Amino acid sequence: MEWEAVIGLEIHVQLATRSKVFSGASTRYGAPPNTQACAIDLGLPGVLPVLNEEAVRMAVKFGLAIEAEIARRSVFARKHYFYPDLPKGYQISQYELPIVRHGHVTLHLEDGTAKRVGITRAHLEEDAGKSVHEGFGGLTGIDLNRAGTPLLEIVSEPDLRTPQEAAAYMRKIHTLVRYLGICDGNLQEGNFRCDANVSVRPVGQEAFGTRTEIKNVNSFRFIEKAIAYEIERQIDILEAGGRVVQETRLYDAAKGETRPMRSKEEAEDYRYFPDPDLLPLVLDEAFIEGVRATLPELPDAKRARFMEQYGLSAYEAGILTGERALADYYEQVVEAAGGEAKLAANWVLSELLGALNKEGLDIERCPLPAGHLGGMLRRIQDGTISGKIAKEVFEAMWRGEGDADAVIEAKGLRQITDPEAIGRIVDQVLAQHPQQLEQYRAGKDKLFGFFVGQVMKATRGRANPQQVNEILRRKLQG
Amino acid sequence: MNLDRSSVERIAHLARLALAEEDVPRYVRDLSRILDLVERMGAVDTRGVEPMAHPLDIPQRLRPDEVTEEDRREELLGLAPQAEAGHFLVPKVID
Repeated sequence: MEWEAVIGLEIHVQLATRSKVFSGASTRYGAPPNTQACAIDLGLPGVLPVLNEEAVRMAVKFGLAIEAEIARRSVFARKHYFYPDLPKGYQISQYELPIVRHGHVTLHLEDGTAKRVGITRAHLEEDAGKSVHEGFGGLTGIDLNRAGTPLLEIVSEPDLRTPQEAAAYMRKIHTLVRYLGICDGNLQEGNFRCDANVSVRPVGQEAFGTRTEIKNVNSFRFIEKAIAYEIERQIDILEAGGRVVQETRLYDAAKGETRPMRSKEEAEDYRYFPDPDLLPLVLDEAFIEGVRATLPELPDAKRARFMEQYGLSAYEAGILTGERALADYYEQVVEAAGGEAKLAANWVLSELLGALNKEGLDIERCPLPAGHLGGMLRRIQDGTISGKIAKEVFEAMWRGEGDADAVIEAKGLRQITDPEAIGRIVDQVLAQHPQQLEQYRAGKDKLFGFFVGQVMKATRGRANPQQVNEILRRKLQG
Repeated sequence: MNLDRSSVERIAHLARLALAEEDVPRYVRDLSRILDLVERMGAVDTRGVEPMAHPLDIPQRLRPDEVTEEDRREELLGLAPQAEAGHFLVPKVID
C-alpha cells in the first residue's frame, strides 16, 4: 500500500522582550538561578499579572507578517497542570480567542516548487521554569528564571506531507521571526522549540490516521530525522495489522529513534477557563496600523527583489535572504563593489559563507567588513588583481590585515598588465625550457598549459592570464 | 445531570484534592445540583450574545516593557521549605 504522512508543527517562539510577559522581571538568558524570578513569576498569593505591551506588539507583528487575522479582542485563559516548574499550578495561555488566527506562509522547496502552508493560530502564553535533576541528591532543583518569559505558540495546519517540508517550514518560521526581530532564534538556548504531530494514511484517503506528538525537537536536522523515523514506525505498525497508539514521544538524537514518554496517568484535561486576573485584550486599528508601519521587508519580498534587481537565481536569492543580516551584508558588498551583483553573490556564497562556516561564526560576527569585500571586487573588476590573487587578498582581509588596497600594496599583489614586462618573463621561461619548446613546436600542443604555469609561477600568479595566453601563443609560434 | 462517583473522583484528582471517603456522596450530590443549575441556564437563548470573559467591561491595560523587579532571591528562597545552591528543592520528578 502507498502511504502518505500528515504533519503539523507547533513552534514555541520565545519573544525577545526585556521583561516578562506578566511581570517586570528580566528575561536575560544565563543569569544565576532564581535571580530573575519575582513574586508574580512565583505565583505568590495576592499578586496580579499585568500584560507586557511589547509582547503584544510582537505577536501582532508576526500575525501581520503571515497575513493573518489579528483578533480585536482576545482572551487569556488558565491551562492547568501540576509540575514543580509551574509554580501557580496553571500556565497563563490563550485558548478559545487567540490573538492571531488563519495566516499562512509559502515554502520554496528544493525541487523549485512553492507550497503554501496554513497557520491555524498563534497565541501568547508564558513559559515555565526549569527542573534540574542532577546535583541535588535525591531531590530536584527548580530554577524559575524562565518562568513567565513570553512565548508565541505558532500552530500550523496539518498541511505538511514530508519530513523535508516540515524542516523547510520550521526554517521559514525561524527566518521570519528573526527578520521581524521578535525572537533571537537561538535553538541551543531554547528560544525556538518545535513539537511535531505526525500521522499516516493510505494515499487517497481523506480521514487522518491516529497521530503521535514528538516533543521538543530543537534542531532543523533532527526534526527531519525524527519525523522520518516516526513515519516509518507508524507504517510498519499498520502494515503488520496493528494500530498506532495516540501518545507523546521523545526523539533520542543519539539513537535516531522516537520512544514514548512515560505515559500520563490520565488523558490530558487542562480544565481551561478565562483567567479572572486578566481582562480581555482589546486592540484598536491605530495600534495594529502602528505595528504594521514597523514591518521590515519580509523574506519572500526580499528574495523576489534580489532575483529581479540583481539577476540572481532562486537558489542564490534564497540563501542570501535566509538571514536578514546576510541579506544586508550582501547589499552592502554590492554597493561597495559598484553594482557588481553577480560577482558579489558568488563571493558571498562561496568564500565568505565558507570562511564563516569553517570558523563556526554567524554573519553578525563576521570579521570582514562588507565594504572591504566590495572594495576587493572593484579591484578584480578594474583589473588590478586577478580572481585567483583575490583569494589571497580575501584571506588577508579576513585576518584583519586591512582593506583590499592596503593588502594589495603591502603584499605587492598588483596584477602585471604591462605587455613588455610579461613578454620578458615569457622569453625567460622559453629560454629556461628549450626541450619543452622543441617538443611543442614539433606538435605537442598540450605543453601550452605547462608554459602558462611556468609564467604564472615566475610572477607568483600576478600576470594577467589573458595577456599571458596571447603573448605566449605569439612567441611560441616563434 | 447526574455525576457518578468516578467522575467526582477524577475531578478531585485533576485538582489534586484529597476527598475523605465519607464525603464523596455529598460532593456527588452537590456538584450534580450545580450542573443542573447550569443546564437550566443552557435553555436561555443566547444567540448574538458575546460570551463574557470577565465581569468588568473594561479592556486589559498594558505595561511598558521595562525591567522593574530586582533580585530578591534569598528572601524568596527563604519562603520555601527547602532550598539549596540558589534552587528551590522538591521531591524528585522525572518526565
